[in-house]
Amino acid sequence: MNKREYLGALFLTIVAVIFIFSALSMHPFGSPTEGDMDQYIIDNTVEETGANNGVTAVVFDYRGFDTLGEATVLFTAVAGVILIFRRLKK
Amino acid sequence: MKGMSIIVKTIANFTFPFILIYGLYVIAHGHLTPGGGFQGGAVVASGLGLMLVAYGSEWISKRIKEHDLSLLESLGALAFIGVAFCGIIFGGVFFSNFLVGTGNLFGGIPLNGAADINSGGTLPLMNFAVGMKVIAGLFAIILVMALATLKKEDAI
Amino acid sequence: MIANIPFIAVALLVIVGLYAVIFRKNLIKMIIGITIIESGVNLFLITLGYREGSIAPIYTSAPEGVMAYPVPQALTLTSIVIGVAVLALMLSLVIQLYRHKKTLDVRKFGGDDQ
Repeated sequence: MNKREYLGALFLTIVAVIFIFSALSMHPFGSPTEGDMDQYIIDNTVEETGANNGVTAVVFDYRGFDTLGEATVLFTAVAGVILIFRRLKK
Repeated sequence: MKGMSIIVKTIANFTFPFILIYGLYVIAHGHLTPGGGFQGGAVVASGLGLMLVAYGSEWISKRIKEHDLSLLESLGALAFIGVAFCGIIFGGVFFSNFLVGTGNLFGGIPLNGAADINSGGTLPLMNFAVGMKVIAGLFAIILVMALATLKKEDAI
Repeated sequence: MIANIPFIAVALLVIVGLYAVIFRKNLIKMIIGITIIESGVNLFLITLGYREGSIAPIYTSAPEGVMAYPVPQALTLTSIVIGVAVLALMLSLVIQLYRHKKTLDVRKFGGDDQ
């Protein structure tokens, strides 16, 4: 067990150093890079979709295809759980 | 699992309609306030989970079958795809918003801060479809897992 | 360094989750570690779209000010639902595994080849 724990600790240390170094060198919190797509969505949501909620308009209208994929994932998970616990009728 | 004492059952009876109404409010006003189909569906599924814990899984499984839950979930998914395909017939592209600005069912554009339910195009229809799917799906997961851990087991 | 506290919190969450997955023997503790990693990733997605002194992207009686970006919040919604689906499948597989092996210790599965 000692070899396995040594390798695990080494891997965790390397990953921790990489993550902390990346977190310290990101852009300052509160000033992201300029987004043209987001600015267009903020300016034109109420006329094009008629909704007052920006996030719902993005989820169901501007990016509705991703919501279709997410509904499929949820359906597959429910089907898998019911399949694992079925009872064979003898 | 067995149910709990009569005090818990009375309090669960009292608070379940309020949780149901709050969840349906969050689903229906998804295009005006923060919320929508997924969030409201999670709230209603939590309320149903409260009833499952208070009354025991055998009492609940005599009244709600897995067959009905599976049917409700499939109906929700089919309604979502149906609204998307109607976008091809009436609008020209997949998922197009063909009800905005025409004044039929959910047309109307809210101007400068007014909150009107009669707006949003196809967004409220999709909210209802996804809400039904999430309610049936999450409660089916909870019910199947509660039934699988009973004491007498004749599993695979 | 004070201005980057959310990103340091994301890094700490991922490190704690990885420690739970690598160094623990109980299966339920490893599943909790995976859930903690997913929480860290969701937090990272939300904090990417915040502007200084902005309000939520809701137009109903909105106060004055610039709005935060709505696209990262929509992606986080999808990620949370996928996390729930994966957690349900993992837990049902653990229940089925416990019925056959009568133990939750990872080191006792399979043949001992150490």
